[in-house]
Amino acid sequence: MLTRDELLHIAKLAKLRIPEEKIDKFASDMNQILDFFKDLQEVDTDNVPETSQVTGLENVARPDVIELSKIEKELVECTPHTVEQNMVKIPKIM
Amino acid sequence: MSLTNKSLAELSQLFRAGEVSSREITEAFITEIEAKDGDLNAFVTTTFDLAREQADSSDSRRDQGALLSPIDGMPITLKDIVCTTEVRTTASSNILRDFVSPYDATIWTKLKEAGAVLLGKVNTDEFTMGASTETSAFGVTRNPHDTERVAGGSSGGSASSVGANMCAASIGTDTGGSIRQPAHFCGCTGLKVSYGRVSRWGTIPMASSLDTVGPLAKTPEDCAMMLQVLAGHDPKDSTTPEKPVPDYLKTLNDPLKGMKIGVPKEYFIDGLDPEVAAVTNSAKEILRSLGAEVIDVSLPHSKYAVSVYYIVGPSEISANMARFDGLRFGTSEGEKDLQSIYEESREAGLGDEVKRRILIGTYALSAGYYDAYYRKAQKVRTLICDDFTKAFEHVDVLLAPVSPTPAFKVGGHGGDPLKMYLEDILTIPANLAGLPGLAVPMGTSKDGLPIGVQLISPGYTEERLLQVGHQMFNAVR
Repeated sequence: MLTRDELLHIAKLAKLRIPEEKIDKFASDMNQILDFFKDLQEVDTDNVPETSQVTGLENVARPDVIELSKIEKELVECTPHTVEQNMVKIPKIM
Repeated sequence: MSLTNKSLAELSQLFRAGEVSSREITEAFITEIEAKDGDLNAFVTTTFDLAREQADSSDSRRDQGALLSPIDGMPITLKDIVCTTEVRTTASSNILRDFVSPYDATIWTKLKEAGAVLLGKVNTDEFTMGASTETSAFGVTRNPHDTERVAGGSSGGSASSVGANMCAASIGTDTGGSIRQPAHFCGCTGLKVSYGRVSRWGTIPMASSLDTVGPLAKTPEDCAMMLQVLAGHDPKDSTTPEKPVPDYLKTLNDPLKGMKIGVPKEYFIDGLDPEVAAVTNSAKEILRSLGAEVIDVSLPHSKYAVSVYYIVGPSEISANMARFDGLRFGTSEGEKDLQSIYEESREAGLGDEVKRRILIGTYALSAGYYDAYYRKAQKVRTLICDDFTKAFEHVDVLLAPVSPTPAFKVGGHGGDPLKMYLEDILTIPANLAGLPGLAVPMGTSKDGLPIGVQLISPGYTEERLLQVGHQMFNAVR
């Protein structure tokens, strides 16, 4: 059972701010969904390996050759913030 | 002569024979869009000026005998998560409402190089998270067969634009059923490709181990024509193997005699609409009459697929959505410090379903819960993959319903997220295993709603799916 405080903690980790009037609805939906997941506990998965991808590919590498995208300026200019010397200016971190 | 109700293959033939110009075809679709899209809301952004320019170029190429591909001059739509430099790419989200990508998705580059004509970008659930387009920041897309009903989702704009004759074909994406379910709802054909068959570079991701890009069109043959352009290795997408791309049109009419079709009993779930079951059963008979052998098979772990998907998917979503930080692109709110920019931008830009999935994923990956949820789901995913491997030792293709019901009413799931998640119960397993699936329109309910059936085959055998789908479809056409 996910409590209101746990929900707010998870939201904080995820950089989400849940408005006060929606907290209870989010918590009850989350609990319903987490409860649904309980069906997995009945599956015997001892000695079953995990599947994290289905490509059949491993360690895809390419030659270590530098290629210019030629859109550095356009990429930086996607920002809604100020651009100075081709860098995005953000508030002080420290 | 009405042009817009013709298939892509028919239009291509008329165009190449010089009986109609690309400009005429394009104008005919624009007229349909102007007449219908006020009610349907399939389009987020129309690109009629671009379309006319591209159509005129196609016409010049035809006059010079220099057509680029069988889809040259053919008007299409793109789900609005495919990045285009010409117009905005919104993912149907407020956080990208005015975002114009500085580069094109690989598939959009390929389509342009093949001469396709773009009519517009079409609606989706926000960041493709939903099964009805009801989570779109641009409003719900309605079903062309009954505007009280949804077009399905997440590729609802794609399916509605094809089903309403507003384009010759569309590009959608399928992470848990998002091409096949809307195709079934709107009476069109939808192909979910094998994981990695089509490049995803420049297509905004949802769940990276599950996402696929593919076509929706009127017929399986049309999907084959589109796949021919889309498929193949992309050095910019390391999940696309360097496997050869077969000629998908060449084998469409190869006889089905001797082919073994498996019908998984677990897909005939409680609550399966009787009309959906009846159309699936009639498809069995059609395949038998075409010389295929139809046998029952079992995929015993199918019932766990929804739980696995809604743990694995949101876990990957919580990581992918972290890029929307209000700093590098998209909507930005808050000023005083980074934490407030993150939180306020995401609060202003993201809808509730996106937030819900980020929360589920963050929870499932957090310390103390990782083993119980994420690791467990990854293990059950292996068992679901193994079920398919075992079934394909005995059969060549699987036949099943696409979704438990025909199109439901707008608002019909009453904001109940779990009810919406169960929409994907019959489509998710193919995504978890990376297999191709094809939804083919095969019948109509007594209320006049389209009903499709689903074919699934082993990885990288799209030509087999299209062969079976093409012949099955022609039997009821």
